[in-house]
Amino acid sequence: MVDRGSDDQMQLPPREVADVMPPHAHSWIGKYVFSQDAKYIAIQYSGTAVAIGLVALVMSWLMRLQLGFPGTFDFITAEAYYQFVTMHGMIMVIYLLTAIFLGGFGNYLIPLMVGARDMVFPFVNMLSYWVYLLAVLVLVASFFVPGGPTGAGWTLYPPQAVLSGTPGGAQSGIILMLVSLILFIIGFTMGGLNYAVTVLQARTRGMTMMRLPLTVWGIFTATVMALLAFPALFVACVMMLFDRLLGTSFFMPTLVELGEKLSYGGGSPIAFQHLFWFFGHPEVYIVALPAFGIVSDLIAVHARKNIFGYRMMVWAIVIIGALSFIVWAHHMYVSGMHPWFGFFFATTTLIIAIPTAIKVYNWVLTLWKGDIHLTIPMLFALGFIVTFVNGGLTGLFLGNVVVDVPLSDTMFVVAHFHMVMGVAPIMVIFGAIYHWYPKITGRMLNEAMGQIHFWVTFIGAYAVFFPMHYVGLVGVPRRYFEIGEPEFLTAPVDGLNAFISSAALIVGAVQVLFLFNIFWSLRRGREAGGNPWRAASLEWQTPETPPRHGNWDELPDVYRWAYDYSVPGAPEDYLAQNDPWFSDGEDRRL
Amino acid sequence: MLIVVALVLIVLGSIAFHLLSPWWWTPIASNWDYIDNTLVITFWITGAVFAAIVLFMAYCVLKFRHRPGHKAEFDPENKRLEWWLTGVTAAGVAAMLVPGLFVWKQFVTVPEEATELEVFGQQWSWAYRLPGADGVLGTADAEWVNGENPLGVNPHDRFGKDDLIIEGGEVYLPVDQPVKLLLRSIDVLHNFYVPEFRAKMDMVPGMVTYIWFTPTRTGDFEVLCAEYCGTAHPFMRGYVTVVEAEEYHEWLQEQLTFEEYASNARAAQPVQLAEN
Repeated sequence: MVDRGSDDQMQLPPREVADVMPPHAHSWIGKYVFSQDAKYIAIQYSGTAVAIGLVALVMSWLMRLQLGFPGTFDFITAEAYYQFVTMHGMIMVIYLLTAIFLGGFGNYLIPLMVGARDMVFPFVNMLSYWVYLLAVLVLVASFFVPGGPTGAGWTLYPPQAVLSGTPGGAQSGIILMLVSLILFIIGFTMGGLNYAVTVLQARTRGMTMMRLPLTVWGIFTATVMALLAFPALFVACVMMLFDRLLGTSFFMPTLVELGEKLSYGGGSPIAFQHLFWFFGHPEVYIVALPAFGIVSDLIAVHARKNIFGYRMMVWAIVIIGALSFIVWAHHMYVSGMHPWFGFFFATTTLIIAIPTAIKVYNWVLTLWKGDIHLTIPMLFALGFIVTFVNGGLTGLFLGNVVVDVPLSDTMFVVAHFHMVMGVAPIMVIFGAIYHWYPKITGRMLNEAMGQIHFWVTFIGAYAVFFPMHYVGLVGVPRRYFEIGEPEFLTAPVDGLNAFISSAALIVGAVQVLFLFNIFWSLRRGREAGGNPWRAASLEWQTPETPPRHGNWDELPDVYRWAYDYSVPGAPEDYLAQNDPWFSDGEDRRL
Repeated sequence: MLIVVALVLIVLGSIAFHLLSPWWWTPIASNWDYIDNTLVITFWITGAVFAAIVLFMAYCVLKFRHRPGHKAEFDPENKRLEWWLTGVTAAGVAAMLVPGLFVWKQFVTVPEEATELEVFGQQWSWAYRLPGADGVLGTADAEWVNGENPLGVNPHDRFGKDDLIIEGGEVYLPVDQPVKLLLRSIDVLHNFYVPEFRAKMDMVPGMVTYIWFTPTRTGDFEVLCAEYCGTAHPFMRGYVTVVEAEEYHEWLQEQLTFEEYASNARAAQPVQLAEN
């Protein structure tokens, strides 16, 4: 039985959570710098993530300038190109997407959505941000050391990552990269424990697990996954650091580098890949599951309809999270691991397509017979479905081991993962910012600028990544500084690459408009009121907007799920989760 | 209603691009046309699903967009529909996976009549080694690499003495003869990639990996490195020349054995040796 409100005869249980107001900070530094308020930490996390993400965006421009117009820009050397490739990937995946979904949206939304006053460990939550900031600063520092940042590719595969043939391999670049990752994981763990424990322990009265908005389910499951997956990356980083600095040989076999025998021996490069992808594949879903959750809520609110198949959606999130721990070696079909692994990992990988497809069906079925308001968040949600379906389907090529063989390590892979874990989640981030900005600031983002931002981003990103699959299909490998004109090309790719690069530059440029909108609307935006979208989940029911420290006057009592939209007979087309109205007229307030 | 038009155009545009695009894979030159077939099947299935979902979405937006007085239906779940969709999806996934696994079985099962060719990678060039008259490749390891022995053939292994050492990045293969490539690297990861052969595999220092295929037409095919191996990664190129058996045997006669190679190398470097 879904705990939805309308026909639910359930009585409120006694209050289990002690209502403790977190201590208010009195000093300016306590409020605005070393803040322990999850909402403020969320903004710190998001601001830092976006700032470093802009660096990664600029690097993607530089890469595309090289690929689209090879030989035109002398300052883009092969070394610099590989440093851009590496830093772009690492920043986007870890320091932007992971940080903004969990540290940003997680911090802001979890306490508000579950009806808590704050995270359960506010001090540790604050530390989490400062350690994350330190990780970002160490990463930035690597741009300024001799040799520059590492150019090992974001996968950091040894032995090349720590050898002199790779930029930053024999200098400090790779060391700072590994230290930064170790710090990031320490910082994340402090935040992650908070998010998980808050969801499990600090839900308000009546907020059962099966009444949580899917946003919370997505972020919660992703957090648990991250707590289990990041340790694998942690040990991989520590071991590689030892290989690089202390001369151990965890990942280093006997090597002859440029004619000279090195002192390594006995290690296994493939062991690193297993550790990396044991983290790396769950990482894809650590980014995707919060996006799944958030987009479900955007669609429900803006289509004025309950999310279709809520229970199935929850179980799909949990099953995807669990399965994602046994598919990692599909990144390694041609790595030289035992070929029989291919049977197992291809099977598990294609099985994960089933719960994922269910989620897509249920988003689209939520639109069916809805009352679809084509707001900016809804447009981005639709853009997400298109790009996610596209990128998910090409995953069926790459997951099916034998089809992967000709495509692996080509631009097809680059196009696939950008579509599915780059463009699609970022569509959700944009939609979410347009959706929750009014709660965070009290003002609406400018609609006209939002329209331009959506259309250029959506059409532009599709124009970048859809044709890129064909660059890979024709045989161009990824991580090529330049391809030249080898005979196997059935048609020259120069024109297509120039087109892709031009589209990428335009998509990048329009993000400046988005940033401008964010700052402009802080003062000039239309006043939003407390609940401009007429949404049912708890964060829209706070007594003040923006919510103050502690969120609530009195903790809300929850009577229903988060999706009571267009309930027959209800006075309005939504019923807030703390609205005691029931169709039988009985007053259930306590 | 711009979004409805955009969604429809994305579907039509994607299909048109796919059908009209000159960017398609290079004509195959090996036995792995099964891989090509599986890929084409996957294109059709996934293309149909993509079109169906996006067009359905466009229809929903058109039909159920907000108008004054319009209200959404309250419809929390529909178990039958959900299980039905799950079943159809599972069947579609199985239709792609099962043929894929059958082909993978062939891919990893090397036929007995396959001859062996060792491919040797290092930053940033290719070399090759063929078994000599005894038909057996000697053992090799990075341990033994030196100026006279760039591939690290075990000097104490009698099977290695007659192995043919082929430097310079170009190698010949006889057409229609299955070949097992033994892949070896002495520094970092590389990946032996010839687009026309479809097969590719990483080369990992410290171990020997393999792939097999049968070249099915003659010609020169470019070898690329497909696993990032440092700054000059895109310039690590070589050639495989597939020829008729006779021409292949003529070419074989011209190659040096390991013993010959090593003595040539010794003869060529008297000055350096004296200095040492």
